[in-house]
Amino acid sequence: MKILVCISNVPDTTSKITFTNDNTAFNTAGVQFIINPYDEIALSKAVELAEGGKGTVTVINVGDASTDATIRKALAIGADNAVRVNAIPRDAWFVAQQIANYAKENAFDLILTGRESIDYNGAQVGAILAELLEIPSVSIAKKVDVATDSVTIEREIEGGKEVLTAKLPIVIGTAEGVAEPKIPNMRGIMGARSKPLEVLEPTAVDTLSQIVKYETPAPRGTVTLVDPAEVDKLVSLLHDEAKVI
Amino acid sequence: MSILVYVENTDGKFKKSAFEVVSYAKAIADHIHTDLTAISIGQVAADELAKLGNYGATKVLDVNNEQLSTFVNQAYASIIAEAAQHAGASLVVLSNSFSGKGLAPRIATKLRAGLADGALTVPTIEGEKLSVKKTAFSNKAFATLELTSSNKVIALAPNAYEVKEIGGQATVEAFTATIAPTDLSTIVKEIVRATDKVSLPEAEIVVSAGRGLKGPENWGMIEELADVLGAATACSKPVSDAGWRPHAEHVGQTGIVVSPNLYIAVGISGAIQHLAGVSSSKTIVVINKDPEAPFFKVADYGIVGDAFDIVPKLTQALKAYKGL
Repeated sequence: MKILVCISNVPDTTSKITFTNDNTAFNTAGVQFIINPYDEIALSKAVELAEGGKGTVTVINVGDASTDATIRKALAIGADNAVRVNAIPRDAWFVAQQIANYAKENAFDLILTGRESIDYNGAQVGAILAELLEIPSVSIAKKVDVATDSVTIEREIEGGKEVLTAKLPIVIGTAEGVAEPKIPNMRGIMGARSKPLEVLEPTAVDTLSQIVKYETPAPRGTVTLVDPAEVDKLVSLLHDEAKVI
Repeated sequence: MSILVYVENTDGKFKKSAFEVVSYAKAIADHIHTDLTAISIGQVAADELAKLGNYGATKVLDVNNEQLSTFVNQAYASIIAEAAQHAGASLVVLSNSFSGKGLAPRIATKLRAGLADGALTVPTIEGEKLSVKKTAFSNKAFATLELTSSNKVIALAPNAYEVKEIGGQATVEAFTATIAPTDLSTIVKEIVRATDKVSLPEAEIVVSAGRGLKGPENWGMIEELADVLGAATACSKPVSDAGWRPHAEHVGQTGIVVSPNLYIAVGISGAIQHLAGVSSSKTIVVINKDPEAPFFKVADYGIVGDAFDIVPKLTQALKAYKGL
């Protein structure tokens, strides 16, 4: 089984988010970058499926050379080879087109992405990619069971879950629960250095959208503390002042 | 520019998000002086379809098809894209629900449209340019996204726009779209709904608890408080990681992002990742025994004290207030 995992290079979850250039660009100064946590779940699932010679795992990232450290981490976790499309990712449309170009030339049985990236929160790349490849997709999977030529997926719906099946190939966006994140061991880290990392040049793609400005949430006012002995007071405040009950 | 809005149903009844997206699309339609057409897929009765008029749709395209009574991503996307062309709509609006997240990128690709996912505001439109605010960095920031393509798709964040009844009428028209067999390649086997529970992403009130509760056996009082409020229950990441509660309840940067009217956090310290998931809640109440807990800095109301003492008292006080 040939598996492709799309990974995104994102700020660590503890990062403080600030902007530069008159709030038009993300300030990367002092920010630690990691594999998008949902993509790490996708990668862990792929490695699990390929274990014992049952398949190969390719990771693909659209980014400049600064993402190589993140790609090497993915190789250390257990991917067999990596591809980097050498471009600053502009939007999901751009990224999905680049990945589709590569996927069209290398028939994959299974393509995994994280359910969304934790930076731009688009949840778009997987479904656009599937549409470009004319194959099915499931955007938020909580459980994935792969058989020889089909897959059973549990996906989240409002207030419950849906179980569905599909034939391979398919694009699946993975959420928590699909796999336990794998921690690279020393052998993996050493081996990652010699695994192939191919760099491809991007193709031209039209721009459909762009982010023109960022802002950080306005700080909330100071907290109104209620005495633990006067819980009734909180109920009145929620009713009279906040008007939420 | 005309507007098409896709409305989701569950077993033939429109979801709350359906009325939200129609109200939202109506606000846009009013801005640009155009009509609003809605499209419904599945098996929805005529009287239910007619309800959409009350929120601003003037026409409803009804794709009544048994094969499509459950969600089939590719087929739905094909139908909605075809309907957009049929209705001459260059803007498609839908909910950024779990299904909507899978659907919107496919519709956008078919229409070669820019997509604003998780939109929070009514967009400003100047000529071909549409700008709208959305969350970025998992709620730690907002981004203004500009769509410059001639076709456009907006997926509205749940709970971001208030439903508005305007008392209008809609005509219902059957719509038959061509569905390729390859569009039906996912097959739904089973749908499991916790009918007694309020859906977390759509909930207006959320009661959430963290490690301060010491163990899964202590969640009874959280569920009781949620029951009285008609709230959904949620938890912090360490709690779902420890297996005390299901992953589906994990609220935060790498879990579910919620924006209820009221978020009550019990025994959660307020790590930056958790706050990212709740910061767009309208009112936040924090109950924690540690007065230094970072959560108090973003709370509207707080009680410093022992959860095991305060939560039952709060439940009692709410019961008294509601006359239960």
